[in-house]
Amino acid sequence: MLLSITSTTADATILGYLLHKHPDRVRSVDVGFGRAHVFYQEASPERCTATLMVEVDPISLSRKRNSRNTQNLEPYVNDRPYAASSMLSVAIGRLFGTAMSGTCDTHPELVDQKMDLELELPVVPVRGGEDVLRRLFEPLGYSVDCTPIALDPQFQSWGDSNYFALTLSGSHTVQRALAHLFVLLPVLDDRKHYWIGEDEIDKLMRRGGDWLPNHPESEFITRRYLRFGALTREALARLADGAEDSDQADAELDEAEAKVERPLSLNQQRLDAVTDAVVAMGGGRVVDLGCGEGRLLERLVAESSVSSVLGVDVSIAALERAERRLRLDEMSERRRERVTLAQGALTYVDDRIVGHDVATVVEVIEHIDLERLDVFARVLFGHAAPAAVIVTTPNSEYNVHFEKLGPSAMRHGDHRFEWTRSDFKQWALSVSEDYGYVPEFSSIGPDDPTTGPPTQMAVFRRGQEAV
Amino acid sequence: MRDGLSTIQVPQLGLIVLCGASGSGKSTFAAKHFAATEIVSSDQCRALVGDDETDQSVTAQAFALLHDITDKRLEVGRLTVVDATNVKPEDRKSLVDLARKWDVLASAIVFDLPLKVCLERNQQRADRQTPEHSIKRQHKSMRRSARWLRKERFSRVYTLGSVAELDAVEVERTKLWTDRRDDSGPFDIIGDVHGCDEELRNLLSKLGYDVSANPIAHPDGRRVVFLGDLVDRGPGTPEVLDIAMSMVEARTALCILGNHENKLGRALAGRKVQVTHGLAESLEQIDARPDDYRQQVADFIDSLVSHYVLDDGRLVVAHAGLPERYHGRASGRVRSLALYGDTDGETDEYGLPVRYPWAEEYRGTAAVVYGHTPVPTAGWLNNTICLDTGSVFGGELTALRWPEKELVSVPALQEHYEPIRPVVEEQPERPALLLDVQDVLGKHYVETGLAGRLTIEAERSSAALEVMSRFATDPRWLVYLPPTMAPVATSKRPDYLEHPDEAFGYYARTGVGEVVCEEKHMGSRAVLILARDSVAAQARFGITNDAAGVIVTRTGRPFFNDKAITASLLNGVRAAVDETELWATLNTDWLVIDAELLPWSTKAKELLKRQYAATGAAATAMLPAAARALEVALDRGIDVSDLHSRTANRQTHAEAYVEAYRQYCWETNGVEGIEIAPFQILAAEGEVLARRPHRWHLETIDSMIPAQPTLLRRTERHYVDLADQSQIDQATKWWEAATENGGEGMVIKPAQPITLGKKGLILPGVKCRGREYLRIIYGPEYLEPKNLERLRERSLGRKTSLARREFALGIEALDRFVAREHLFRTHECVFGVLALESEPVDPRL
Repeated sequence: MLLSITSTTADATILGYLLHKHPDRVRSVDVGFGRAHVFYQEASPERCTATLMVEVDPISLSRKRNSRNTQNLEPYVNDRPYAASSMLSVAIGRLFGTAMSGTCDTHPELVDQKMDLELELPVVPVRGGEDVLRRLFEPLGYSVDCTPIALDPQFQSWGDSNYFALTLSGSHTVQRALAHLFVLLPVLDDRKHYWIGEDEIDKLMRRGGDWLPNHPESEFITRRYLRFGALTREALARLADGAEDSDQADAELDEAEAKVERPLSLNQQRLDAVTDAVVAMGGGRVVDLGCGEGRLLERLVAESSVSSVLGVDVSIAALERAERRLRLDEMSERRRERVTLAQGALTYVDDRIVGHDVATVVEVIEHIDLERLDVFARVLFGHAAPAAVIVTTPNSEYNVHFEKLGPSAMRHGDHRFEWTRSDFKQWALSVSEDYGYVPEFSSIGPDDPTTGPPTQMAVFRRGQEAV
Repeated sequence: MRDGLSTIQVPQLGLIVLCGASGSGKSTFAAKHFAATEIVSSDQCRALVGDDETDQSVTAQAFALLHDITDKRLEVGRLTVVDATNVKPEDRKSLVDLARKWDVLASAIVFDLPLKVCLERNQQRADRQTPEHSIKRQHKSMRRSARWLRKERFSRVYTLGSVAELDAVEVERTKLWTDRRDDSGPFDIIGDVHGCDEELRNLLSKLGYDVSANPIAHPDGRRVVFLGDLVDRGPGTPEVLDIAMSMVEARTALCILGNHENKLGRALAGRKVQVTHGLAESLEQIDARPDDYRQQVADFIDSLVSHYVLDDGRLVVAHAGLPERYHGRASGRVRSLALYGDTDGETDEYGLPVRYPWAEEYRGTAAVVYGHTPVPTAGWLNNTICLDTGSVFGGELTALRWPEKELVSVPALQEHYEPIRPVVEEQPERPALLLDVQDVLGKHYVETGLAGRLTIEAERSSAALEVMSRFATDPRWLVYLPPTMAPVATSKRPDYLEHPDEAFGYYARTGVGEVVCEEKHMGSRAVLILARDSVAAQARFGITNDAAGVIVTRTGRPFFNDKAITASLLNGVRAAVDETELWATLNTDWLVIDAELLPWSTKAKELLKRQYAATGAAATAMLPAAARALEVALDRGIDVSDLHSRTANRQTHAEAYVEAYRQYCWETNGVEGIEIAPFQILAAEGEVLARRPHRWHLETIDSMIPAQPTLLRRTERHYVDLADQSQIDQATKWWEAATENGGEGMVIKPAQPITLGKKGLILPGVKCRGREYLRIIYGPEYLEPKNLERLRERSLGRKTSLARREFALGIEALDRFVAREHLFRTHECVFGVLALESEPVDPRL
């Protein structure tokens, strides 16, 4: 990690006083993950350049990280020793702490003096690209000079990395300029801060004190800070070939799908429609397959006609979220007895889901490979054989209305297929015939005359004529 | 009253209810004749529940426990003796119900001793005396109900009427009729003959029997097992019976009862039966024989049992098949199932009973061979096979060689009898996959041939379920997952973390004579499950979507999202297999191939970009800038020379690191540029080839390469005799040269892949990675002496243990698949590999 601060204001060497570092000496300190050094490349009255360099000890870094017990090589092979991240902020805090707090015993009058500064960082990781860089620094009065760094010149098709060589120029007090970097470097990086503690993050936030609230992007900056707390689920991450289907990726995909569908708040309408259908059939014992974090369960539990609900999902993380959402531990004994959560998969026969009045399968089948739908049908309609089954799935015809969705794209990265109304109907009818059900179709969301609704629903009743 | 009882015969599997007043000597008798664990006593249960054998206040709980224990013991098939007074019919009924529930025989032993004796004995008891009036009442109840015992469905009732009798009686354990586990054949199991005598002779002769002999016999002592339904419909019922009866008598054949014999037997006994389904022909043919022939046949049929458990429990024969829980059990229900199958009185459009598909749900470890329902061809389903190929209806007469599992059949000479219902026209379809979540979820144990019983923790299963159900390939394809591999022990050389020394040392110590060093390709692990065509895929894997193979990653995911790429690569490999005529050589139409797929960037492109290239980009941008800054400072006379030299050093490392990962990347376009380096052909029909020496694998694969030289990549190898130091040195030099030039390294394996040492399975391979390659594992700067010193502290124990367990599971999966066991049996092993892979272990190993 490398940062050079250059002053070109007349009598530039006063930078040394402000930084509390003598221009002709090298100052080195231990910063936990390695050693940080300050030395001067230049120290003339016209131009003074102080350079902060951190020599990261990669082994101690990996050992700290290792306590989190991950299964990929990211803790051992990573950019942290080289790229300007929250660790550089920590080093700034350690070496220039006095300067940042606005103390200068020998020359107190200099503290509030603006200087023409150049902040040079050869490698800054930026999530969101040049746009973010400019949005963060230009409102603070910097001119931003940035050059993207190629991932590997030998593989041009790989394109650019997330790194920029960055030079910021502007007129600021040294105190303020350091605080800007101190706060914004981690925001640019936007990575989980494995190597620094929560308390350090608090410190970072505090340095924003007087200027952050007026920054036009203050909300964005704060939001990125708040994300730092989240942890990935480690056991699953260990099984990810390239982490492409990690839990975090799921969350991102869900978020993306929500964004696509947001204008309709379609999910709300879907849950309402399914809950209404369950109640219309008299409730009883209900199993929600693929319950996710329990949004439907939450509604079902509130219905008095629903005597019990079983939420089944394959993801332990989702079930844990459902448990929190439903506040199972705070529920009264009587209500608690009505709710069960269980891990299960829709491609395995499961005796625990046998004997229910209604099974709900909301936005789930499209996550199953087409080839395995026959197994799913056999597990649900053949083996579990509830009196009624409610299935919802996207209607792909409606996708043309989603502006953010490219042609022939699907709404969610994990969707294995999205069906037209006739695809869905055909499947529903064949399943009904095989297992003795009668389906009834309906729409969820605005029913467009040409494309139909965004979501389609079928209610299957076992062995009786549709009403 | 009657002669003294000298011997009580009890079946090896059954329920024995002791019945008598307190003081009648039941417990003493039980202790004398049965093992302590076989006896479930009410007193003992009182003590277990309430700490006191005589505490009457816990009687209800004690009896509930007694029933539970009895229930569980009978479920798992253990002889159980219930030591309680059992003098009331209702007490006995609940026990008899348990025997019926688990289809075992119930016997009663009544202790009908004089009241005086009981009272005296009770008096002598120091610790626990029963009130006299209770004993009197019990004695009276016993006497009153003794005569009802037969009606209570006890199969045997023994009464001990005196002290002398009680003291003198012996208990003898008898095997059940059905229990022939000690008979291991070899057998030739023959399906429904139905009076086709000529076809039977043809088949026997084709099987190698001397049909001119009487009785017919096999020169190698093989024996026939007739699956029942020898009679009716066909032209030669008596001739068939002659063969069967003479062979059974000469012990060259076994025969079980079919429903047609059963009915014929009833007809011969003069019972009223409907003379349908070819019975008329049989009766007519039998009547043409001399008078005593009827009786001979009747006696023969009377001697037949419903099913046999053979060959140490590995084989069960029953005319109409038999679900696992009834194997070796004895009850009317078992007999009826074995004769008629699972029917519920429903009939189909031809008026024949509808049968429930027991075989589809069968999950037993014993192979069940049966007949009864004509099928066009015999085929295995979940370790069961029906051999009735409708000879009498103009089909074939089929036999199964056991234990070889080869099918042998002869065509019918003509249609002797018109089928009522067409012999099922369509191919019997394999059932859609039905795996039960309870097979995999929660804590599990998997028995493996190589490493014994392996535990899969619930937490690990839970993680694996998500991957298996959401991301993995269809379990019907997924018959194998590759095990992880441990690296060599850490090198003692100063500038190496891994070196071949340790691998050669390990194998020499464990007594392995020859090892093979195989080039380790740096790509991504790929398992190819390849069928000859989609018809073969459907027949063997039950896949119906026209795919003829899959390529999966080490975690069972499809390697490519693009099905066209998969199909095209598989076609290439298939062409090479065609060319070498491996299908014929191995007599198979599917293969499981273990390979490395290159380049690494095919699968890992995102990872490469996000992590490896990014790290390289950051390092190669930052370090030169730092070096320049330091040089400027040096010029000013600032003393940063140490820092500068360290930085220059780091820069060299960073460049070497970038070079290292670049070796494993190249651009591909569709399938163009993709290479597959197979190194083992794991399995084919009938054989787990993974047991063959590595030399065979590598040479077979070499022979495939010329057919697909751009797709298939050769694996370089060196064979090393560990007794010859010069060979060791040569292989080491080869490794050094290859890794200096960017090779990943090598894998050292015992030349004979599965080798058992004194302490169990010897590691099937260890990897030894090159110095340069390890930069992308341990970080660009790992070779710095102060870094390397700390990295040496790595611990390999867990990884090595995982490698061994996963290997055992992988081979077990293949063994089970090749043996055509039920899908869940293979799946639990494959699932186990995935579950173990989720165990936390140092990912750098």
